[in-house]
Amino acid sequence: MREQLASATTRAVNAASRRLGRGQGTVAGGRAGLRIDSRLLEHLSAGRHVVLVTGTNGKTTTTRLVTVALAVHGDSVVSNETGSNMPPGHVAALAGNHSPKAVLEVDESYLPRVLTATSAQAVVLLNLSRDQLDRTSEVRMVAGRWRAALAAAPRAQVIANADDPLVVWGAGAARTVHWVGAGLRWRLDAVGCPSCEGRIAFAGGTWSCQDCGFARPEPEANLVLQDDGSAIGVWTDGRSLPIRLILPGRFNQANALMAAVAAEACGVAAADALRAMEEVDHVAGRFTVRSFGDRRARLMLAKNPAGWDELLDLVSAGDAPLVVSINARTADGTDPSWLWDVPYERLSGRSVVATGDRFRDLSERLRYAGVAHRTETEPRRAVLLAGDGTEAMVDVIGNYTAFHDLLEAPA
Amino acid sequence: MTGPLRVVVVYPDLLGTYGDGGNGLILARRAEWRSRPVQLEQASSDEALPEADVYCLGGGEDGPQVRAARALAEDGTLVSRVEDGAVVLAVCAGFQIVGRTFPGADGTAHEGLGLLDVETVKGPGPRAVGEVVADIVGLPGLPTLTGFENHGGCSTVVDGSGPLGTVSAGVGNGDGSGLEGAVRGRVVGTYLHGPVLARNPALADLLLGWALGEEALEPLDDAGAEDLRAERLGAAKRRRRPFGRAS
Repeated sequence: MREQLASATTRAVNAASRRLGRGQGTVAGGRAGLRIDSRLLEHLSAGRHVVLVTGTNGKTTTTRLVTVALAVHGDSVVSNETGSNMPPGHVAALAGNHSPKAVLEVDESYLPRVLTATSAQAVVLLNLSRDQLDRTSEVRMVAGRWRAALAAAPRAQVIANADDPLVVWGAGAARTVHWVGAGLRWRLDAVGCPSCEGRIAFAGGTWSCQDCGFARPEPEANLVLQDDGSAIGVWTDGRSLPIRLILPGRFNQANALMAAVAAEACGVAAADALRAMEEVDHVAGRFTVRSFGDRRARLMLAKNPAGWDELLDLVSAGDAPLVVSINARTADGTDPSWLWDVPYERLSGRSVVATGDRFRDLSERLRYAGVAHRTETEPRRAVLLAGDGTEAMVDVIGNYTAFHDLLEAPA
Repeated sequence: MTGPLRVVVVYPDLLGTYGDGGNGLILARRAEWRSRPVQLEQASSDEALPEADVYCLGGGEDGPQVRAARALAEDGTLVSRVEDGAVVLAVCAGFQIVGRTFPGADGTAHEGLGLLDVETVKGPGPRAVGEVVADIVGLPGLPTLTGFENHGGCSTVVDGSGPLGTVSAGVGNGDGSGLEGAVRGRVVGTYLHGPVLARNPALADLLLGWALGEEALEPLDDAGAEDLRAERLGAAKRRRRPFGRAS
């Protein structure tokens, strides 16, 4: 009874919020529902097959990829696709929806709570690195909490990135783990051993602690990059499957392999899962190309050093003018010191405009990186003025709220 | 001095969590822009610490912090170079480990390097997180400091060292004294990230002047940094907790 009232309230508040034009209302409705029934997420998850996706980078995209993979045989799959990745967002997605399968993106620090509430059948652990240190815990603490939570959830199959020592520590006490060699470019957060505080050494595609023997587990599937930029998934049982995506970048190929292994753990063949992912062209606006005036802008999201490290590779392949927009609102983390961990030196020689609420921090970072740039207080104007103002295409990278501001800015 | 100015970022693999590696880069660039030869090195914790004129230590997580302190004590170079006049800028976890004692993840006390007379314990309350403004005490002539703090420690400056500043916004050392950071000789400790030298170029030039043995360095065009300072000092006025996290 209480559950039905809570669920109806969630839907009603969300509908009202949408009608009033106040966003998708997922958080408001979910909060209202949880106030009436604090166990609403548990009740709404009961009887469903639930997959959770977490990690510092790639959560939203991987959630989408798992969702399309699980839908491949015509099953209805529900997901919190707006990116509201805490319990109010989960409740809002599930309320009033009767899909037998649910794929939920989960904020890293909420995984233990959401795992307990949903009794998820599968949990995908992508990677763990520094992000929003002002409001989240340091990554070793998060890995430790994952470990305890997964040890207490023996029904959950875990799909985990074997190349990230912090993820391996977090997954290490789970009963069933599907290890995936998905790669890890950003290693600066992984050098201190999470097991013994010794030192992790990376060499020859593997890693191990020099003090305690904590080491990379043998994956059941590996991401193999080809010289032409394409990738294949190679399984230890001999299968070799192409990963063909519209979504760009090595990191998305890694996300797709993680999603394929997750889909297989849920009964969908990896080959079918990967084929379904080929159709996905953008996820929650990431890599959307949209117009501003008579210019086209490719919008990209990078919100921490690991994400930037990957995206700089992608944009440095082109020569379009680049707009970088940085905010430091609550959802971004209010301390942009992490800009100094990003190798912006790679942008030297590019035409760059710094914008966003914190363009002054970014401008100083670029100054010391030796990157000539202009500053512009207003992001949309920055896009219009980038380069010499005539190039048809502009690359835009923003962190979380900066990206969303540009996604929603007037044309 | 003979040869290039040597700037070492100490153990970025352990003390590199909060962007403080920028401090070493800033010192090196500001020397270069003045045509002083400079050599910037990132010193990994599995190698002997190089001899240098300036050492920068940054923030890190509790476990890696303990490991960094142990490695620096065993290596011995940092302490002996400070005896020979090397300059040290130590931030957050780095500040704690150049002090006398600091807490590990479980709160037990670990021995620091004793380069500053500072005793740090785990704070009783939530972490101190946010903008900080500190008026200078320990290094006369510098303008007000701006930075961002994010720490759970309470640090007390004891006889032998003096405070770097007094907080007018934010928490700082957090022991109820209203003080921020510490100074002894050419060793400067602070809780301020940002990095601190990006937001406070005058502090960067003071350290650089010490290391180069020059009283006054020629000015640089810091208009962008001045704008950043004005913006952050304005933002911090909204977060006033002048007496710190008194327990």
